[in-house]
Amino acid sequence: MTPQIAVFLVLAAMAVAGAVSLILQRHPIHSALSLIVVMVSLAGLYLLLGAEFIAAVQIIVYGGAIMVLFVFVIMLLNAGEEERTNVSRMARFVGVPLGVMFLLEVAYWIARATSHLAPPAAQLVSTRDLSTLLFREYVFPFELTSFLILIALLGALVLARREDSD
Amino acid sequence: MNEFASQHPILVVALPKIVVLLLVLLTSLAYLTWFERKVVAHIQSRWGPYRVGPHGLLQPLADGVKFLFKEDVTPAGADKFVYFLAPFLSLSLAITSIAVIPFGPKEFTVFGQPTPLAITNLNIGLLVLFAITSMGVYGVALAGWSSNSKYPLLGGLRSSAQMISYELALTMSVVGVILMAGTFNLSEIVMSQQGFHWGFLPRWNLIGGPMPQLLGFLLFFTAAVAETNRAPFDLAEAESELVAGFHTEYASFKFAMFFMAEYSSMITVSCLATILFFGGWLSPFPQTAAFAWAHYIPAAAFALAGLALIFYGIRYLTMFGRVVLPVLGVVLGALALLFIRPGVTEFVQGPFWFLLKVVFFLFVYVWVRGTLPRLRYDQLMGFGWKLLLPLSILNVVITSLAIVLTQR
Repeated sequence: MTPQIAVFLVLAAMAVAGAVSLILQRHPIHSALSLIVVMVSLAGLYLLLGAEFIAAVQIIVYGGAIMVLFVFVIMLLNAGEEERTNVSRMARFVGVPLGVMFLLEVAYWIARATSHLAPPAAQLVSTRDLSTLLFREYVFPFELTSFLILIALLGALVLARREDSD
Repeated sequence: MNEFASQHPILVVALPKIVVLLLVLLTSLAYLTWFERKVVAHIQSRWGPYRVGPHGLLQPLADGVKFLFKEDVTPAGADKFVYFLAPFLSLSLAITSIAVIPFGPKEFTVFGQPTPLAITNLNIGLLVLFAITSMGVYGVALAGWSSNSKYPLLGGLRSSAQMISYELALTMSVVGVILMAGTFNLSEIVMSQQGFHWGFLPRWNLIGGPMPQLLGFLLFFTAAVAETNRAPFDLAEAESELVAGFHTEYASFKFAMFFMAEYSSMITVSCLATILFFGGWLSPFPQTAAFAWAHYIPAAAFALAGLALIFYGIRYLTMFGRVVLPVLGVVLGALALLFIRPGVTEFVQGPFWFLLKVVFFLFVYVWVRGTLPRLRYDQLMGFGWKLLLPLSILNVVITSLAIVLTQR
């Protein structure tokens, strides 16, 4: 077993354990913490694939900024522990089998696709190459995305503004 | 041994480096508390720690022992796991960030393995630092939440809002430097600042390059002081309103861990300010024959400090001090003699200038704390969003323009 595979297994196990714990935890803060573990393990996996810039951005944006906002909102609302209720009949007889089927299908297609995939890049993808690609080749979709985010931001502001302020 | 080293570079080179740096870092953290108390005391016309050891030099040791032996209380209804996790998270993240800081240009050899004067030299060094900073919020936020007490909760909320806000300005303020250097690698950023204006003024990013980053530096340092939760931005632990803020319910060594994390981030920020804006390990003197004497500045500084310590120490109040201070002076003098030796002179240049600049920024940190009053909370938020962020975006625009214009 090469060191890469060992590290991959550890990170993958962390990611899966974090994801499972995210669903099973009762307290919102514990769920948020589990999600942070998932994000950081994913960053580790990106690093293993040689995408160091993506890994750093994954931690800065998802692990840092977005999850901090999650935690902040949970703290601000002082959300308490969730109560467990019985699984509804609809979910037990229709939802669970459908979910399992979906999972199996995804697993099947991933297994088929990866059987003839090339090995990951041997060396690190440099930040310079990535930004050249992003700002030359794909600059139009990139700018379009930023507009989309801006619109969402303005929408949130309009919704959050009180009626009496204008 | 050399063969073993080439087969296991991590075991032989990296591990000892980590251990040595960790020891040095933890010791300097302890003495940074002494430094801060002394400087603040003198700003306020007091003496500061004076009783434990000569000039209170053993005070950090006494504090450490005290922290270890205090009763460790966990408040009722606290979320145990998160309550224990928060200080560990704070301290480990704060200490990890030192790993990417380069302290000098020279490589040195351990058992035939050349290795840089840093734990690791990453291509994305700066991004790693920002990643660690962005995770650092959790320590404070979770500590405030898990204590199950109102003051810590308010402190935690305040600090998470503050750190999110100032992180933007912090990141944007260094974009100018990254644009000019064209890299995220901290060593290469330092190397891009070589050279001199008119033969004597160093072309550090602060005053050099296509667009001097004076504005960038001011924005960076202000945002960084806020990011490390230090006065005048220490709203998270404002003692006049929140007792002690997020760490009110922490006692014993868990409290000490928050304390160490704060001081460790101060050191990281000072190192970063040095690297990004003040030429890192580069000497302020040109490497010409007329400035050959500049090579002996480290030795001269150590010799002078040693002599002063001996001269002053033999007349100190207590018997203990009369022994300890001259011995310290002799040690400094011996180091000065070592620094004159041909190979060593070259080697100490980088680390000497680097550490001198870092100490200067640490002094500024303490100086700011000793002189400026704390901001009100709404002022703090307005300052971050309405002044720092627009100015840092302006800095990015101007710098990019200057770079484009000079490249034509």
